[in-house]
Amino acid sequence: MDAVKRYFRSPAAVAGLILLLIVIAMAISAGWFYPRDPLALAGRPLVWPFSNPRFLLGTDNSGRDIAAQIFYGARISLLIGGVATAIAILIGILVGAFAGYYGGWVDNVLMRITEAFQTLPNFVLLLVLVAVFGSTLTTVTIAVGVVSWPAPARLTRAEFLSLRNREFVQAGRTLGMKNIQLIFREILPNALPPVIVYASVVMAVAILLESALAFLRLSDPNVASWGNLIGLGRDVLRVQWYVSAIPGIAILVTVLAVSLVGQGLNDALNPRLKGR
Amino acid sequence: MRILSLAGRRLAASIPTLVLILIGVFLLLQFAPGDTVDAMMAQMGGGDAATAKELRKFYGLDLSIPAQLGNYLWRLVRLDLGFSSIYGKPVASVILERLPPTILLMTASLSFAFFFGLVFGVIAARGVNRWPDTLISTLGLVFYATPSFWFGLMAIVVFSVYLQWLPPGGFEDIGTMRTGIWRVFDIASHLVLPTLTLGLIFLAIYLRIMRASMLEVLNLDYVRTARAKGLDETRVVTRHVLRNALLPMVTLIGLQAGTMLGGSVVVESVFSLPGLGRLAYESVVQRDLNTLLGIVFVSALLVISVNFVVDLIYARLDPRITAEA
Amino acid sequence: MSEHETILSLDRLSVRLPGGADRTHALRDVSLEIASNEILCVVGESGSGKSMMANAVMRLLPNEVTIDNGRIMFEGRDLCAASIAEMREVRGDGIAMIFQEPMTALNPLRTIGDQIAEMFSIHTDLSKAEINTRVLSLLADVRIPDPKVAAKAYPHELSGGQRQRAMIAMALALDPKLLIADEPTTALDVTTQAQILKLIRDLQQRRKTAVMFITHDFGVVAEIADRVVVMQHGVIVEQGAASDVLHHPQHAYTRQLIAAVPPLKAPPPRALAADNILTISDVSKTYRTGGFLGRGARVTPAVKNVSLALPRGATLGIVGESGSGKSTLARCIVRLIDPDTGSIVLDGNDWAKMSREDVRRETQHIQMVFQDPFASLNPRRKAAELVAQGPIVHGMPRAKAIADAKELFALVGLDPSAGDRYPHEFSGGQRQRIGLARALALKPDVLVADEPVSALDVSVQAQVLKLLAELRQRLGLSIVFITHDLRVAAQICDLVAVMKDGAVVEHGLAGEVFGNPQHAYTRALLDSIPGGAFAREHKV
Repeated sequence: MDAVKRYFRSPAAVAGLILLLIVIAMAISAGWFYPRDPLALAGRPLVWPFSNPRFLLGTDNSGRDIAAQIFYGARISLLIGGVATAIAILIGILVGAFAGYYGGWVDNVLMRITEAFQTLPNFVLLLVLVAVFGSTLTTVTIAVGVVSWPAPARLTRAEFLSLRNREFVQAGRTLGMKNIQLIFREILPNALPPVIVYASVVMAVAILLESALAFLRLSDPNVASWGNLIGLGRDVLRVQWYVSAIPGIAILVTVLAVSLVGQGLNDALNPRLKGR
Repeated sequence: MRILSLAGRRLAASIPTLVLILIGVFLLLQFAPGDTVDAMMAQMGGGDAATAKELRKFYGLDLSIPAQLGNYLWRLVRLDLGFSSIYGKPVASVILERLPPTILLMTASLSFAFFFGLVFGVIAARGVNRWPDTLISTLGLVFYATPSFWFGLMAIVVFSVYLQWLPPGGFEDIGTMRTGIWRVFDIASHLVLPTLTLGLIFLAIYLRIMRASMLEVLNLDYVRTARAKGLDETRVVTRHVLRNALLPMVTLIGLQAGTMLGGSVVVESVFSLPGLGRLAYESVVQRDLNTLLGIVFVSALLVISVNFVVDLIYARLDPRITAEA
Repeated sequence: MSEHETILSLDRLSVRLPGGADRTHALRDVSLEIASNEILCVVGESGSGKSMMANAVMRLLPNEVTIDNGRIMFEGRDLCAASIAEMREVRGDGIAMIFQEPMTALNPLRTIGDQIAEMFSIHTDLSKAEINTRVLSLLADVRIPDPKVAAKAYPHELSGGQRQRAMIAMALALDPKLLIADEPTTALDVTTQAQILKLIRDLQQRRKTAVMFITHDFGVVAEIADRVVVMQHGVIVEQGAASDVLHHPQHAYTRQLIAAVPPLKAPPPRALAADNILTISDVSKTYRTGGFLGRGARVTPAVKNVSLALPRGATLGIVGESGSGKSTLARCIVRLIDPDTGSIVLDGNDWAKMSREDVRRETQHIQMVFQDPFASLNPRRKAAELVAQGPIVHGMPRAKAIADAKELFALVGLDPSAGDRYPHEFSGGQRQRIGLARALALKPDVLVADEPVSALDVSVQAQVLKLLAELRQRLGLSIVFITHDLRVAAQICDLVAVMKDGAVVEHGLAGEVFGNPQHAYTRALLDSIPGGAFAREHKV
């Protein structure tokens, strides 16, 4: 309860939450405002924003409504960001928890694998995965999740390393608890807050990764994604720069909102570190 | 000596990592639809099944997967990365041609991000919760949230299309053959926007880490000792805080080397720089799997070398690091 | 004291805390004087404001904590009114300070010599060569074994005692008029503490420095103080000459504090049972760190061939300094650590040879109480749940375990209704009682207590020890009691074993070990107890 109060005391955190809620509202209401397929031809191509009330944000090179694509794009970004983050955090927690708790060869093996993932540039790995498994919405989401787990794994491991020799864990062991109980019931709840906070960073990166992939036309071409639209607008950048500019702002605002919420959570959960 | 043996040990420890990556990616690519021969046939404009079989035999693609993997690793030991059917030359020479722009771009971006991250981080921490801090922290958050390719495009619109100050892309002006110092200036002007674009997000990360790390160190006991000695604030910062606060930043360079190399894929595509990143993109689009695997190998090597240097610097900065740790 | 001039005087000094703290003022109307060539001890428990006072004098208070009244007179001027630049002149040169934890008080990335030299480079115009000679002579002054090597060493390369010596050398570099020592020996082992106290005493007498020595330990006061100031909740409750305060305390709080200091005299021996509930024979544990495939590995023997026996219903004290292996031994006994060799026989079962799974099942026979009352309780569980955990793990229905937990609360002197609160809502002493209740919930035969009172204030320490003695009587517990504090061991133990470098150097009945120590190390330990004479003679 104190944490909630502390959260709402920070204007930046509240602003982030409001922005995030707006993006979520856009994603939910997309079908209601724009019942038609956002990728269907809607009118004359390259209508400038605010020049035609039917297309508030104008149209792109093939005459599709930009505003509709922005609304539907929110769905894609949040979906990919959310699911990929869940995948990454889940793998990260499992790997980090076991590596940190057991130490020794378990730790060695798991950390070698983590290191391998970190040594290989994540975007290059993403390219390899997309090259191999194709670029549907599902594969891209899973691929983004799979390249994002090493950092949360390291964080979880560090937390476990510092917690596993804490006296309350030793006490649990002398009470006769099993390793699995110690890991998931005693240590994990204490290790979780920083990992949850870090999830916001993972989500921000996941959204950026997907949009970059879409910009390179390597993501799913059959969905309205902000990155796709920026890539499309590149062809008419010299004059109709707005086609690229508008979806970019949407990405920026979404990622900013996620980061602000994450930072607000961090300050609310670790009051001692406030202002850092 | 201590420092070298320490970093050398870390370097040796990264060999299994490298092997792990190669095996993993090699096996992964076996799932890819189509192989090198398919790509070649497509390049040649089709061919019959017999030719394909002949070619597969020639390239050893008819062997079992473990045998192919063994062959590949053995060739790697001899620094043979295979042959790129798309470019019609050995993968090693294709990659070597593309390496300089990427290395130049990474060095420039890293220096830019590190220097300004350090400066802004220190300024923000010195004025914590006052306006310089608020301004810098807010800018940091915005930079962090900016998609790099979008920033690059907008920079092209502003600086190349409207202001016409800087070239919109490429590595150097091909039309006019320049030599010596003029060529250096030309390349530099081509790299300004890519450097800013790639460096922006890292600038945001570094300034945030530097600020947090400064604030943490400023609260440590030995800083109180320094004040109790009668040092003024400037000297407290330069003599007792800065070096200690730098340690997490240095660690981060190593951890982020891979991310930065990944970022160059996008940035090089935006600015049509003939670098390693763009090559990676092209080889995915053209299904040139040999080249892709070669790029994986070389970029892992790059990241490992960056980490080697980072280890050297870290050990130089922190006397507590011993060969055992 | 009249022949000495007053160096520092505090005049009705008040220090205000920011809103939201547990009280409005850290210090309220504090007045005291320190003359040259005297050691003034400021005594108080945690939260008494004694450290805040030291920081106020240096004007190094945390942000938002402000001096809101009073004067700090030093060399004829009021430090409260001094500018920042003037304060900088005073710091290090006029008033120097040493801290509790020398490891964190020294910059880990710079050499000792470099950090001492900084004193000269800030406050003097001496040449580099000159500074270098001064640094070496200072290090020799504080009796660091090889000054040349020490000057080039980094803090982590020195021992705790040497680091504190280096701190002292740094503080005394410019011959300050006043030295403020904030619990400078608290983090040190007892023998090292004795050396550092002697060093401070010697240097102070040689240089006629005034010393403000902050401590929580009346033993240290008895050892070193000329005059004493006793503080409680930010107020001075009593001050006077050391002998007066120690032997004729006026204020009730002072009397209470002195009474809580455990006397170094074993109570009359109790009758011991003839059979041993726990027999430890030839237990060894060696740590191997680093090294690759056995090359360059560092081997640290933590416990070497320890054999001890605990009679049923008795308390066996294991006493030693840090690194003596006493905690490792305790953890071997409960199998948190697997011993390499030897046997640990509890009621006929050899614990050293049981499988991990068997240990887990049999663990209710032997339980442990931990040192740190803050780290030993899972912060995310309610108190009753913490206590009920053990029985639940061993198959008791949850409702019954929680009901039993409430009874245990009463047994250890806690309010049974407090079970719904989280650990951070309890004080240190209360938390230690929860830890005790948790261990007792499984009805163990043997209790292993690892430094159970070391993290507590003296008055709380006395209460917890009393509780432990009562429970031992009532429940017929046999206890292994690990401690670094011989005074505590003397209070509660029937038998005492003294450990050094992993081996037991002497063991026997408490009265005999303390009254007639045989081993040189035991004697050294006993001699090192601060205020030893005072501890021996004073009555509870």
